Amino acid sequence: MALLSIRNLSVEFATASGSFRAVDAIDVTVDPGDILAIVGESGSGKSVSMLALMGLLPWTATVTADEMRFDGKDLRAMTPRTRRRIIGKDIAMIFQEPMSSLNPCFTVGFQIKEGLKKHLGLDARARHARALELMEMVGIPDPVRRLSAYPHQMSGGMSQRVMIAMAIACRPRLLIADEPTTALDVTIQAQILDLLTALQAETGMALILITHDMGVVAETARRVSVQYAGQKVEEQPVGPLFATPHHPYTSALLAALPERATTRLLPTIPGVVPGQFDRPPGCLFAPRCAFADATCQNTPPPVQPPAKGLVRCHYPLGGPA
Amino acid sequence: MIRYLLARLLTFVPTFLGVTLISFAFIRVLPGDPIIVMAGERGLTEERYAELVTQFGFDKPLPVQFWTYLTGVLQGDLGVSYVTKRPVWDEFFALFPATLELSLCAIVFAIAIGLPAGVIAAVNRGKLFDRALMSTALVGYSMPIFWWALLLIIVFSGNLGWTPVSGRMGLLYFFEPVTGFMLIDSVLSGQSGAFGSAVRHLILPTIVLGTIPLAVIARQTRSAMLEVLSEDYIRTARAKGLSPLRVNGLHALRNAMIPVVTVIGLSVGTLLAGAILTETIFSWPGIGKWMVDSIFRRDYPVVQGGLLLIASMVMVVNLTVDILYGFINPKIRARK
Ligand SMILES: Nc1ncnc2c1ncn2[C@@H]1O[C@H](COP(=O)(O)OP(=O)(O)O)[C@@H](O)[C@H]1O
Ligand code: SF4
Ligand SMILES: [Mg+2]
Repeated sequence: MALLSIRNLSVEFATASGSFRAVDAIDVTVDPGDILAIVGESGSGKSVSMLALMGLLPWTATVTADEMRFDGKDLRAMTPRTRRRIIGKDIAMIFQEPMSSLNPCFTVGFQIKEGLKKHLGLDARARHARALELMEMVGIPDPVRRLSAYPHQMSGGMSQRVMIAMAIACRPRLLIADEPTTALDVTIQAQILDLLTALQAETGMALILITHDMGVVAETARRVSVQYAGQKVEEQPVGPLFATPHHPYTSALLAALPERATTRLLPTIPGVVPGQFDRPPGCLFAPRCAFADATCQNTPPPVQPPAKGLVRCHYPLGGPA
Repeated sequence: MIRYLLARLLTFVPTFLGVTLISFAFIRVLPGDPIIVMAGERGLTEERYAELVTQFGFDKPLPVQFWTYLTGVLQGDLGVSYVTKRPVWDEFFALFPATLELSLCAIVFAIAIGLPAGVIAAVNRGKLFDRALMSTALVGYSMPIFWWALLLIIVFSGNLGWTPVSGRMGLLYFFEPVTGFMLIDSVLSGQSGAFGSAVRHLILPTIVLGTIPLAVIARQTRSAMLEVLSEDYIRTARAKGLSPLRVNGLHALRNAMIPVVTVIGLSVGTLLAGAILTETIFSWPGIGKWMVDSIFRRDYPVVQGGLLLIASMVMVVNLTVDILYGFINPKIRARK
């Protein structure tokens, strides 16, 4: 049974200029111990969809889904209180900006131990021991001293390690890492990714890795979900996706990678992701797609069968997978 | 931290000298001759007048008078009241507890209601409670104190007869002050009903004096909370599955307190100014009423000494707020 299964998830924001659909009919399935990468340009709804799963969106957001199950339990039917017993314990999340994600008024130790008390009910001594153990697991030197440090006394890389320690404190079964390295120096980025994959292998937790970095996807992920303008446009295991992308968008993303690229970041595709006011009536990618025709411009494409990578495209690329 | 404190204390010196000069000048700028005022209806002979002028030192040039005053102050001597002939210090200490008790009650009242109200408004931003609270706070902030006091007196003392109109204690009770705080002394006196009387006397003055700080604190708490609630670390706290009470009341409020503490500190200055009016309305025997009475009597030593003591108190409170600020804001503590 899948650990996480989300079907037809949509998120709409009430904004001053009307409602805006940031996530549009997305499916996510994650098996225990799986590593799923979610890729896509900025603004394609990757963060919002995961925040919807965590229940962390502001009140301006309306979340709808046909199914949202974790470990067989229906998250939609739960009271907020029951859901908070899962959030932070079985499902944990780390964010893009480690420096601003830690509370400046509390020590690192306090912030790590907080979840241990709430979810595991450990006493002070056990919390301290576990906090030290976690600091060592995430490779923070001099853990005893660091536990009583304040966030502003630490670098970005150290802060992200603390965030990871906090996230894995209660041995989650799913960790969501939302662009965990984007804000860090290049040398630190690799260290944090190595740490995440090592911890994943060690604990057997499932990992959802949101990233811009196709190189990271190739090295880390087992399955890849490509998102565009709030929709999932393709999903495949990592090997077949790199070998035979079925969606023109995926193909464009891969076109410059990796040998030909000077950077490992997503290559730039001419044009921008449509926003609130310029959503095309047909395929959302049509304005930027090399293969677009009149059908593409006027009719939303169907979702193709799994053999075609579940792509949302009238004319999937590549032969039978 | 120690070095910072010393530096701060050093800045007190020029401020203190400035306040001494201003308080000395202020009362002398007012028209009216203290000797004539003192004599009142009876009047006095030319010889007696000249005698008093020499006795008070008014025949000397102003700079000399100031120098005499300043050297006295530096030795801890604030002079003697022209009217009561008692040292200014003694009068101050006899009356100060009344003001302190009232001010403490007012600020506790303002914090106890303003802080939670601001937090709840921020958490429920844009909803009914938030709008109602913010409109009320605006009214409270701009309400003329005198008018507000009269309204409360008419309703609660007049129509309902619940609260007394003036003073600190019912006439039925009498006891010597021990701490000077009626709430404590009434209990120590062992007279049954005295404590209740002290509380009833405090209610209206507390509300009147606390209204503006309450409005200010509620508004500042709300805006500070709104800012903090959109921070990333609040999302982190919620991602841990913590309850809204803990997220808002601990993680958010702790950060929002940093600007709020400053505002509370600043309200202490406002509070002392407000105390003057409130004490006059409710015949509250504190230093506010004392200052007003002394200004009318042109009691130079009391006015200048009183102003100096009040200003020093505000300086000490501001320093305390600064230290507190360091404690609740780790970044500043580390820098110091
Ligand atoms: N609180 C919000 N209110 C309105 N729009 C939002 C809000 N949060 C995100 N959005 C919009 O939703 C879209 C998707 O955002 P996001 O999920 O953060 O993208 P990304 O894929 O880069 O993580 C963006 O267009 C963004 O502007
Ligand atoms: S449907 Fe048409 S426009 Fe859209 S991606 Fe496929 S080919 Fe391109
Ligand atoms: Mg994002």
